[in-house]
Amino acid sequence: MSAAVPTRAPEAIADRGAPMLSAHGLGKRFEIASGAGMPLRRGPRRHVQALRDVSIELHRGETLGIVGESGCGKSTLARCLSGLDAPDAGEIRWQGRPMAAESSALERARRVQMVFQDPYASLNPRMTLAQALDEALLVHGLAATRAERAERVDELLLTVGLAPRLKHLLPHALSGGQRQRISIARALAVGPQVLIADEPVSALDASIQAQIINLLEELRERLQIAFVFISHDLNVVRHISDRIAVMYFGQVVESADTDALFAQPAHPYTRALLAAIPQTDPARRSLVPALAGELPDPTAPPRGCSFSTRCPWVVEACRAQEPALLGHAPRHAVRCSNAEARVGGSPGPIATSEGEDRVPTR
Amino acid sequence: MNVAADRSSLLEVEDLRVRFARPGGDLVAVDGVGFRIESGEVFGLVGESGCGKTVTCRSLIRLFGGSAPSAIDGRVRFAGRDLGALSAREWSALRGSEISMIFQDPMTSLNPTMRVGAQIAEGLQRHRALTAQQARAAAIEMLGAVGVPAAERRHHEYPHAFSGGMRQRVLIAIALACRPKLLIADEPTTALDVTVQDQILKLILKLRSDLGMSVLLVTHDIGVVAQTCDRVAVMYAGKIVESGKTAQVVGRPAHPYTRALLAALPAHTRRGVKLRPIDGEPPNLAQPPAGCRFHPRCGFAVEACRAIVPPPVEVEPGHRSACLRTQEIG
Repeated sequence: MSAAVPTRAPEAIADRGAPMLSAHGLGKRFEIASGAGMPLRRGPRRHVQALRDVSIELHRGETLGIVGESGCGKSTLARCLSGLDAPDAGEIRWQGRPMAAESSALERARRVQMVFQDPYASLNPRMTLAQALDEALLVHGLAATRAERAERVDELLLTVGLAPRLKHLLPHALSGGQRQRISIARALAVGPQVLIADEPVSALDASIQAQIINLLEELRERLQIAFVFISHDLNVVRHISDRIAVMYFGQVVESADTDALFAQPAHPYTRALLAAIPQTDPARRSLVPALAGELPDPTAPPRGCSFSTRCPWVVEACRAQEPALLGHAPRHAVRCSNAEARVGGSPGPIATSEGEDRVPTR
Repeated sequence: MNVAADRSSLLEVEDLRVRFARPGGDLVAVDGVGFRIESGEVFGLVGESGCGKTVTCRSLIRLFGGSAPSAIDGRVRFAGRDLGALSAREWSALRGSEISMIFQDPMTSLNPTMRVGAQIAEGLQRHRALTAQQARAAAIEMLGAVGVPAAERRHHEYPHAFSGGMRQRVLIAIALACRPKLLIADEPTTALDVTVQDQILKLILKLRSDLGMSVLLVTHDIGVVAQTCDRVAVMYAGKIVESGKTAQVVGRPAHPYTRALLAALPAHTRRGVKLRPIDGEPPNLAQPPAGCRFHPRCGFAVEACRAIVPPPVEVEPGHRSACLRTQEIG
């Protein structure tokens, strides 16, 4: 409960050499098992292209927010970045050099760690907190003796704001917030330089959520860790991120510095996403949905721009050719062939007067 | 928080107390909750996990799933009738007909082996004595009204063929098919993406105007309340701590818990500035703290807060806060 003291100066992120972690044109395709769900139907094999030409850069000490809705590929991207899944196309680089070629899985795990949404599912229910942390240290050979490991376990617990006396408890005895602290401690055990957090606070209540976000921000300051912070909650992402990439249907559709993205969202999907956040000001109510329609069928993607099926500004050209992710302003890229024309016009919300009775189309 | 009986209220809840038997001692999940909902009003019940908001709304229609409470006390009046006196037969005539409910998870609430049209028609045939053909036509019309495209064709499909947002629309169609007077919606958009949540909330508001029903909306999200509800009650540890018009409670919160909850939201804090979480965690309801239940986490607590259970105090007309220090911290 401290006063309003800025925790970091903007110039702290100004230093931009080669990115620490970067992805270049990542693609990832999953096959839908014939039989899953429909055991009696046999047909041609179907594929879902979960990632299409995804490129991101993460610099030292920076927090990159990734936002998007279910099925946009944000979790697949996280799994590829952390090495849990291998991309089919493109390349992941560590300080400019291909990651896969020159490092073992263990080395990679010591650089990049992950924190997941549901700490209860990602902790072994039969291992005490001390055992869970001790295991990580042992596997990576990070402390030679049992005594050294025990000392390091206490230190890790303190780092994430837990009393060392809790270390003999099993995960079920902890609250949701405490469990997420343990997941973070386990990720920190190997001393990573990058932490990928996939919806780390989504399962927590608002008052506890704030505790965990503050903890992550403190760790970033103290340990100089870079974060990839994935969430569907734009308010949370806005608070924690230096830069944000917005994903839709397996692609990055817009990326920019956080303030620029919220001040001047250029892609029609980003605008809809921002307009759909429930504002806590009851005076700013609207009865018009920010975005009509549904996601396209991922096994039969639309031609051209993937947002063209729902875009209020769609023109014929959008359906003919897929737009590229192009620079639109300094450090601001947009995947929309119309962004230039529109941004000068009305930056207001997407809602239109016909929206009231607009029936979603498939 | 009891409210004097008002003849025009659709739902009146007085001193509701819900007790669950537990090996370590009884747990009072809802402790003296009272509110009323007017005709055509959207009333919000907001609070964090375990505050008793879901138990409250399930007690209103006596549907508990796996774990039924050992005792429900208090008075619930709906459209002038005392719901405590209903027989099992009267309950099944009321539920789904005059009071309907939708839940958080649209997949587990739908029957996966039944076509969606038939699931909508089922209630109409039972409660409104329509023929199969009439019910089918009404089901298709209802699907269209909740924004399911190509309803004529899609009423014939099974739930697995629908997306999460479309399933929630189907559930709303089932709930509203019999034109209930009250819709109880328990976290109806929590499992949905933000743009889909936006669509569903606006659909509920549109149908409220079209059908003139009342809505009890249970949520943990103050943003959802601000965008949807006419009036709201904030619950903490089994009690209502603050209630009033949405603009009063969200815009000028009086209770320290409501204030702390709003202050903890990242939307209310500039980037680069630390968030202000509420220290500690909500109490265990098997052994709630004496006095005000929020006092162990409250920045304004004084000695009296540890001993006296604060009664609701009127802050301004229609706006009440259950805090001993309401005047001082104004």
